Amino acid sequence: MIAEKTITWFAACSVTDVPANGGVCVKYNDTQIALFHFTRRDEWYATQNECPHRMQMALSRGMIGTQNDEPKVACPFHKKTFSLVTGECLSGDECAIKTYEVKVEEGIVYIGIED
Amino acid sequence: MKVVVIGNGMVGYKFCEKLVKKNTAGNISIVVFGEEVRPAYDRVHLSEYFAGKSADDLSLAPKEWYSENGIVLHLSDPVVSIDREAKTVFSHAGVTESYDYLVLATGSAAFVPPIPGVEKEGVFIYRTIEDLELMTDWAKKSKKGAVIGGGLLGLEAAKAMLDLGVTDTQVIEFAPRLMPRQIDDAGSRLLQSKLEDLGLTIHTSKNTTAINGNDAITSMSFSDDSSFDVDMLVISAGIKPRDELAKNAALEVGPRGGITVNDHLQTSDPFIFAIGECALHKGMIYGLVAPGYEMADVVVTKLTGGEKSFTGFDMSTKLKLIGVDVASFGDPFVSGDGIKSIVFDDSVKGVYKRINVSADGKELLGGILVGDAEQYNMLLQTCKNKVVLPPNTEDVILGARGGEGDGGAGVTSLPDDAVICSCEAVTKGDICGAVQMGYETVDGIKKCTKAGTGCGGCVPMVKDLMVHTMKAAGKVVRNVLCEHFDYSRQELFDLIKLNDLRTYDEVLTKLGKGDGCELCKPPVSSILASLWNEVILKKGNDTAQDSNDRFLANIQKGGTYSVVPRIPGGEITPEKLIVIGQVAKKYNLYTKITGGQRIDLFGAHLSDLPNIWEELIEAGFESGHAYGKSLRTVKSCVGSTWCRFGLHDSVSFAIKVEERYRGLRAPHKLKGGVSGCIRECAEAQSKDFGIIATEKGWNLYVCGNGGSKPQHALLLASDIDEETCLKYLDRFLMFYVKTADPLTRTATWLNKMEGGIDYLRSVVVHDALGMNAEWEAAMESHVNSYECEWKAAIETPELRKRFNHFVNAPEEKDPTVVFDPMREQKRAKEWK
Repeated sequence: MIAEKTITWFAACSVTDVPANGGVCVKYNDTQIALFHFTRRDEWYATQNECPHRMQMALSRGMIGTQNDEPKVACPFHKKTFSLVTGECLSGDECAIKTYEVKVEEGIVYIGIED
Repeated sequence: MKVVVIGNGMVGYKFCEKLVKKNTAGNISIVVFGEEVRPAYDRVHLSEYFAGKSADDLSLAPKEWYSENGIVLHLSDPVVSIDREAKTVFSHAGVTESYDYLVLATGSAAFVPPIPGVEKEGVFIYRTIEDLELMTDWAKKSKKGAVIGGGLLGLEAAKAMLDLGVTDTQVIEFAPRLMPRQIDDAGSRLLQSKLEDLGLTIHTSKNTTAINGNDAITSMSFSDDSSFDVDMLVISAGIKPRDELAKNAALEVGPRGGITVNDHLQTSDPFIFAIGECALHKGMIYGLVAPGYEMADVVVTKLTGGEKSFTGFDMSTKLKLIGVDVASFGDPFVSGDGIKSIVFDDSVKGVYKRINVSADGKELLGGILVGDAEQYNMLLQTCKNKVVLPPNTEDVILGARGGEGDGGAGVTSLPDDAVICSCEAVTKGDICGAVQMGYETVDGIKKCTKAGTGCGGCVPMVKDLMVHTMKAAGKVVRNVLCEHFDYSRQELFDLIKLNDLRTYDEVLTKLGKGDGCELCKPPVSSILASLWNEVILKKGNDTAQDSNDRFLANIQKGGTYSVVPRIPGGEITPEKLIVIGQVAKKYNLYTKITGGQRIDLFGAHLSDLPNIWEELIEAGFESGHAYGKSLRTVKSCVGSTWCRFGLHDSVSFAIKVEERYRGLRAPHKLKGGVSGCIRECAEAQSKDFGIIATEKGWNLYVCGNGGSKPQHALLLASDIDEETCLKYLDRFLMFYVKTADPLTRTATWLNKMEGGIDYLRSVVVHDALGMNAEWEAAMESHVNSYECEWKAAIETPELRKRFNHFVNAPEEKDPTVVFDPMREQKRAKEWK
């Protein structure tokens, strides 16, 4: 039997709500999701908002960038960096962060939640 | 489980300490027998007993420590026999104790050669505090001393004799040189001449045949038929392991003494361990304390269910013998096919260095340092880690020559054991070692050593160390911002100006590559702000700002922010104080006076920030830039308007200076101070710039800072008037803003500047670079275009909406923010 993952897409905000090359925090029920518009690369990413280093709800306020072409976000607290693609910690050995799929349709940004 | 320890010396004690720490389940009981009257003390520093230290100072732990940790301690009560069948020990005083495991830490005794007359009065051994007490009494009536033994312990004993006032002391060594196990002939010769300078007389290749005298010693005779008068003799000719108890219990011992142990330190009876100087491991007795501690750790690990073995120990040592550095590492004497030695022998300065290098010249095998052992740690690391040596191998002992001199106060002048990262306790040696092992990026060093992974404050220093270490190894280091820019900050500054670039994205596209990162965004944003004086959040530069700058506030534990309105010079009206109090009450903020004479309001939700600032600005406040790499405060004393000592009005001048430079973005934060007289109550000399009133005007000091590496500011100009002072400050600040590396305070900037303060003065006062007119104009433009960025933020809807926590629920605050009450206010909930 093949387990098929089902994704629920919810409308987070409009494209213009998100600053270029930066992030915002999206509320989904009791979950906080960091949503990033990497304008330079014309890419969208979403991850958990909590930085696993000190359990702070802050990643959406972090600077984004790349390391060897791998998109990443740096936590504002101690500049721990995490891959926006895999969620893996790129500095030190914090545990990886959760990532979400993102799609944009007609100016609305949707975040995919796996059931 | 019951563990009995025989011996309460340094290693026996360390064993107890480690076992107590690991006995978390609390199911191990410990009984200790010691033969001396005192609990374990620091034998290594025994000679300090003469330099004024008391027996208590030398003690490793007081008696109470043992009882507090449930250890039964029998002092002055040696164990006399072991019944291995019954697993029981019997003491001299009649105590019987059974054991599950027995640990022998019986140590060693002084080896006394069988010379006729050793039993005479005035002949001592040098081993215990009692020995020292006996020596102290005897030394009072002694004039001519002697020490048999020119090894490590013998020379320690000779130092003890000097400390006791027996200044005419002869050292007698049987071998042809001093410290024959550690250093070679040439090193030994140098050590000898240094010790002779201190008043000791040294004899090598001299064999004592008799100790003469009736009851007490009066002279010594030697195999070369010579003799001399001596009225006090210390024998320190080596050690012999205390293995008699083991021998009587029929445990295996070595032919020349020592209890035979395996890699787990088990004797021939698996329930009995031996550690420290009594243990014979692979034919070797370790007469140093560090391997003894390691042995203790191995046995403790084994007894608490872990797995660890003792595989020998590096005998590299560094010590200060009577004020002379002596060190040896790796194999100090190695010789063989193609092995080469590099020797530096400077008898003028009294320095001898030898390193042994493999035939291919790439590997450091060992070496000796006498007179100057500063490079010991670096060389030991190089040797241990098999770091490939540079082509000019001599540089590792001589230092790179022909290059620029050492600034003196930079990272190079720190000792290797200086802690650079205090969050993770990483030393300079650790960091340099990592670089030598091939970690040649800041990120790599962070991963390898964990340095800079806590608060991050040490990262610039880590980078300096990396650059310095790589340069020392002959590698070319380009001082670039990060992988996205092949330029230094200073180069970028000029290029951005030349190309008239106004946004981070333009700069990256025109001068860089890729998509930027958290390393290049803040410095580029800072350059843009310094150059064009535009509101930092506009033109899409907001997300290129460091996070605090992006939200114009300092993020604190829990994700709330702190608010610091500018209070120039620390002067504030009662009305404004009331407003601060009202705002703090309304938004439930914790209030605290800062070190810079301002008031910090903590615990503000992101979405409250614009409302808070709206009220503050309404009352006449403006941003204090506490979140920025920019001017913070200009602290002042009360000055001549009230103070009976004040020469000039320091408050008015401080306000003038603070308002002139407010909002100026710089490579790092900037602090100033103005004092109204020489009493210096504003502590201006600990600031990036400090102004102190004199009878004739003001003295201007620059490049000081407090913080992790405090440094006093240096005098740039004296007795100048206000106008000149501001002119010099304009130039100084612009010079700094233009040329310093990111996150470099003015003090560090000056430390790295060739020519130091004299050069800085030639530029700022005498216009050596011909830049002063340009810099003054740049500062004038800054002053004229300044606007409060918080005012701009609250008045611009597009900027203001960025201060919501949830993009899709702007009215809601972050529900995870929690406070705890504390002293009638609140604090951030402690993080994990």
